[in-house]
Amino acid sequence: MKMTTKLMATSALVFAPLAAGAQDMADEMTIVSWGGAYSASQQAAYHDPYMENTGVTIINDESSAEAVAKLRAMNEAGNVTWDVVDVVASDAIRLCDEGLAMEIDADEQLADGDDGSKASDDFGDLLVSDCFIPQIVYSTTVGYRTDLVGDTPPTDICAIFDTETYPGMRSLEKRPIGNLEWALLCDGVAKEDIYDVLETPEGQDQAFAKLDTVKDSVVWWTAGADTPQLLADGEVIMGSTYNGRLFSLIVEQEQPVEMLWDAQVFDLDGWIIPAGLSEEREARALDFIKFATDTQRLADQAKYIAYGPARASSAPLVSTHATLGIEMAPHMPTDPANATNTFLYNYEWWADYRDDLDAKFQAWLSQ
Amino acid sequence: MAEQVLAADGRPLKTSLNRALRRQKLRALMLIAPLLLFILLSFVMPIADMLFRSVENQIVGETLPRTVVELKDWDATSGTEPDAAVFEALARDLSIAVEEKSHTRLGSRLNYELTGISSLFRKTGRSVDEVGEAAQDALEALSPAWEERSAFGGLLGTARWTADLDAWDGEGTAPAFEARPEMAAALPETTRLYTSFANMVGAEGDNPLTEKQWPIVSHVFAQEIVTAETPDGLDAFGQAVFSDVKAAMAATTLDDPKAIFIDVDEDWGSTDVWRTIQTYSPAYTDGYFLNSIDRLKGADGSEARPENEQVYVTLFIRTMIMSFTITVSCIVLGYPIAWLLANLPARKANLLMILVLLPFWTSLLVRTSAWKVLLQQQGVINDILVWIGLVADDNRLQLINNQTGTIIAMTHILLPFMILPLYSVMKTIPPTYLRAAKSLGATNWTAFWRVYFPQSIPGIGAGSILAFILSIGYYITPEIVGGTKGVFISNRIAYHISTSLNWGLAAALGAILLAIVMLFYYAYDKIVGIDNVKLGG
Repeated sequence: MKMTTKLMATSALVFAPLAAGAQDMADEMTIVSWGGAYSASQQAAYHDPYMENTGVTIINDESSAEAVAKLRAMNEAGNVTWDVVDVVASDAIRLCDEGLAMEIDADEQLADGDDGSKASDDFGDLLVSDCFIPQIVYSTTVGYRTDLVGDTPPTDICAIFDTETYPGMRSLEKRPIGNLEWALLCDGVAKEDIYDVLETPEGQDQAFAKLDTVKDSVVWWTAGADTPQLLADGEVIMGSTYNGRLFSLIVEQEQPVEMLWDAQVFDLDGWIIPAGLSEEREARALDFIKFATDTQRLADQAKYIAYGPARASSAPLVSTHATLGIEMAPHMPTDPANATNTFLYNYEWWADYRDDLDAKFQAWLSQ
Repeated sequence: MAEQVLAADGRPLKTSLNRALRRQKLRALMLIAPLLLFILLSFVMPIADMLFRSVENQIVGETLPRTVVELKDWDATSGTEPDAAVFEALARDLSIAVEEKSHTRLGSRLNYELTGISSLFRKTGRSVDEVGEAAQDALEALSPAWEERSAFGGLLGTARWTADLDAWDGEGTAPAFEARPEMAAALPETTRLYTSFANMVGAEGDNPLTEKQWPIVSHVFAQEIVTAETPDGLDAFGQAVFSDVKAAMAATTLDDPKAIFIDVDEDWGSTDVWRTIQTYSPAYTDGYFLNSIDRLKGADGSEARPENEQVYVTLFIRTMIMSFTITVSCIVLGYPIAWLLANLPARKANLLMILVLLPFWTSLLVRTSAWKVLLQQQGVINDILVWIGLVADDNRLQLINNQTGTIIAMTHILLPFMILPLYSVMKTIPPTYLRAAKSLGATNWTAFWRVYFPQSIPGIGAGSILAFILSIGYYITPEIVGGTKGVFISNRIAYHISTSLNWGLAAALGAILLAIVMLFYYAYDKIVGIDNVKLGG
């Protein structure tokens, strides 16, 4: 008993100055992310410098794939154990709608850009939800085997629907998002009309009919690692996946694969802070977010992974890969050379139509 | 009457015995109490809670209480949108819901039923504070006193509450709102809305008297004051309210919520949205269950979903058929192995046993991924088949991303669950029976089929139940190797739990799956008899 009291007294003495300096912030936080190379890039660019600056202990949890369901369960149990969660934008919108994520005032709670721009201008259109703090822009794009597509390598997205010129299997993601847009685009619908067309039952039928033409030659993937594996094994001749995965397949593993940037679909990944944190933990989470999404930090992450920083002011600061030493800018989805023809999901539209189209997509798959 | 038998302490023997037995039973119960409690808390209650979600639907009535009441009498088949009173109620409910941030939650709930409601609620939530601007402007034009943020609090709240607030140090939550009884009687709805406002602001640690009240409070106040009776004992300000303000408000044109909402989104003027709200306003719904069997709640009763949305019945049937196939292949493959295990000398049998158990100890994901490498078109099996010339190189077998893949991988994974109970039952069948049968003239086949096999049936029963029940609940393996035609109903349940957050539908699908399993179990009990199931000696 005495021993514990003594111990507690000593530790209180040791930690007292720290706690006072930190203005009532928790000195431990749990950050949730995707794991793998992505978490490693965050660890190097954000977590390590932050821990060094503040002395805070960061605990990593690789649960982002189930973050939405877990956050709801935690919220219902009244015990939220996560402080900062990395999710894709569509999940952030869902969490915000459900009241599970905290609303953020970008200009007040985030750092201004290095070029002096306000946070809300610096992130611009990428602030797709009141709760979402964008971190990276990634894209879903198509990679193809240079040795399996014949003499005329594909140059545009519609190659995935062209089974005559490019016979063989292709891999597509097992969800409607992205695929339906590509199907309409390759069925002659103008890019700006796609969501209007997709809103009508006829437009949906048109998209599914286009997908029907390749249904027998498609391997449907669910995990980001699937397509790189299928390409490396020669199981498919082309397939969609995240651009960062293709980057490591091409540059790090030196496989005979090329990237088709045409009609790449931009998506966002970023942070949310769960609703219902105690004041100290919330203050700590906000402090971390402000640090981790400033101009320099976002540019730093691009040293480790081929995803574009979400701030406009970070783009000029993107440098070379930390171990390979190559220039990263040409591998960014946002690079002007790659971004000649791009798509940004209409998030609000998908928030509405996701359930409905998913049911139709699943029914279509099982027919 | 026979004389009662007495125990040594003079009590009747029967009572004494009962008491001793009761104590014994109690002690037994105490011994298993921790386990019982554990099962109850960690197993029965969560499952019951989850299954309850399949019918639970309080969210609509709780978020839009006034609207639900007003909407009750609206006729969905009339073809016209509800009247102004419903929109008025909606404006009040939404004003509160927006502040509670519960309107988007309701939006995503109703979006499961009608596409587009999610953004409709989000959009409307941003404009709902337009209702009440006219009233507030008229009030402020009448007297600068209405520009004071404490105006409504002073009018509606008791002096004690105002004093408590003045004395409040700003820590924690503010003192709860206390309405003047005469105001609550004269202006009931205004008081209710202001109460919501004051308590919500107070809960955030702010002082309601220094915060601007919601526009809807002014709006409802302007409506109610016109017809309100003047209470007794008012102060000067109060008297002015009930004379001047009353007259002024009677002459003011207030905001029309109906026009504002329809202006925000024309969907409010259609019957679809309203019909969905009306259909789903009761606290309990069968909608999730209808959805689980590819039906929906239409204008009159349930109707089939459009064909391009029907998926669940197909998946249920497929899950059953494939689980059955997997179970049968487990029996076919497992029976000879179990027989070998039971009849080989101990040393060899032990080695074989390790081979059976080894995959059992390997991670499920690793095993499933290994099957991927083996089965794919450029994989090991196809390579060998091409090499020995059984299959042409340009016509490799499609062994994965279809039902074949799922059946092969799942059979492999579930095989130990079949072999182990079979083995433990076979171990108890004395080899002398077979010898006796043969010595009486039976052929090998007759001896096996008439003597050995019937005795091993309890093992088959136990193994089949294990394999079948495990198989219908599997989703990781089908997801990885099943492609489009080899996925199970559990994959949809997992999707609704973790991605779409439609837990009600997931619970309904789960409840149906549970019911089917129980049905099979019951049928099995009737046909084979559950006493015939043995997991061991």
